[in-house]
Amino acid sequence: MKKGLISLLVIVLLVVIVGGSMIGSYNKIVKMEEEVSAAWSQVENVYQRRADLIPNLVNTVKGYASHERETLEAVINARAKATQTTIDPTKLDAASLQQFQANQSELSSALGRLMVVMEQYPDLKANQNFRDLQVQLEGTENRITVERRAFNDTAKMFNSYIRQFPKNIIAAIFNFEKKAYFEAELGAEKAPEVNFE
Amino acid sequence: MKKLIFIVVALYFGLTLTAFGIPSRPNPPTLVTDLADVFSANEEEYLERKLVDFFASTSNQIAVVTVSDLEGYDISDMAFRIGADWGIGSEKFDNGILILLKPKTADSNGQAFIAVGYGLEGVVPDITAKQIVENEMIPRFKEGNMFAGIDNAANVLIELAKGEYNYQQYAKKSEGNPLVFFILIGLFIVLPILFGRRRSGFTVGSRNSSLPFWITMGLLNGLGNRSSGSFSDFSRGSGSFGGGGSSFGGFGGFGGGGFGGGGAGGSW
Repeated sequence: MKKGLISLLVIVLLVVIVGGSMIGSYNKIVKMEEEVSAAWSQVENVYQRRADLIPNLVNTVKGYASHERETLEAVINARAKATQTTIDPTKLDAASLQQFQANQSELSSALGRLMVVMEQYPDLKANQNFRDLQVQLEGTENRITVERRAFNDTAKMFNSYIRQFPKNIIAAIFNFEKKAYFEAELGAEKAPEVNFE
Repeated sequence: MKKLIFIVVALYFGLTLTAFGIPSRPNPPTLVTDLADVFSANEEEYLERKLVDFFASTSNQIAVVTVSDLEGYDISDMAFRIGADWGIGSEKFDNGILILLKPKTADSNGQAFIAVGYGLEGVVPDITAKQIVENEMIPRFKEGNMFAGIDNAANVLIELAKGEYNYQQYAKKSEGNPLVFFILIGLFIVLPILFGRRRSGFTVGSRNSSLPFWITMGLLNGLGNRSSGSFSDFSRGSGSFGGGGSSFGGFGGFGGGGFGGGGAGGSW
């Protein structure tokens, strides 16, 4: 009788402790996943900011260098493709992030080529509107770098949290998945190299 | 020899370099951190006092850092990392600005960058930061006068940042005085548009004519200050910092402000 009561108490206590810590961990995971989502939407914001600058840039360039049609069209097409790709932040797996990054870096390199071509137009380079756009574009690239890094840091914290024991059990039960990272530098993401030959 | 001086200077400020090449936060905290040793002791003291006073009266933090080597980073990247690492600006308002300078050496370009915290991006947009770098800083740097370049840039940034803070303070403190509100709207929206338009008409070749724009902004900011009494009360309230000029240390430390990539730079 007494023995039964004690073991019942122990079981209840265990359930309360284990259950309590499970709830705590679960809530923490949810909170951290929200942070990852917020960081991700910042990333999409800054990429969107860049995309928003492009029509203006293309129009300005057209006025001076209309026969650079191929380069301009490459930028427009890459922009269209890049803006179509968005990711649901709860499904940030490696494949979709890679797709996103590939499309964005295509746009980066198209823009890079455009900027190289523009070097041949001194009138355009002297145009105040173009110079302002260039500054804005640079600023946007800086923001992209910063937000990508912030996203990676947040995702890293989330990933290492859900992989620790015993949180990995909770993560497995409720289907929390590891978030993908931005890769350091895909070839096209780098500034284009200019060859003077 | 140069390295030795650098080490001595670093030790003097109680600095250690982190493994990643980002200078670590000065201890005790200072707003001017002259790792490249481009300022004289007087210049450094003068700048530090100016920035500390400005911080004391508005809570905006403008930090100046000079480095002799970028350790392989882009100057923008290093600026944002320092800004975030040190937490320049307050956590609540993200109102920090970092002026980072790498002087020209025999085998490398001089570079400068103004990194603007999230909270001040509205009042120091990238284009404005670029103009400050190109108009205030680089001409002086080319003459070898590093102090004048930094000092001028700091003056312009102070004028601009004052405006932003007034506006926020005002919006919080005195709801229901539409007149001042409209004056402020006029200041920050209508005037820049008017000036922006006029400038693009006049300055196809020369860039100097943007100077009156600063001056006007500064003057009008001053006027705005006087008309909203509530704010000047506020700034006078925290006067305990500004009064003591005898020694440093009046600056209580960096506040954890964030940087989102705002700002611009240039090289010479």
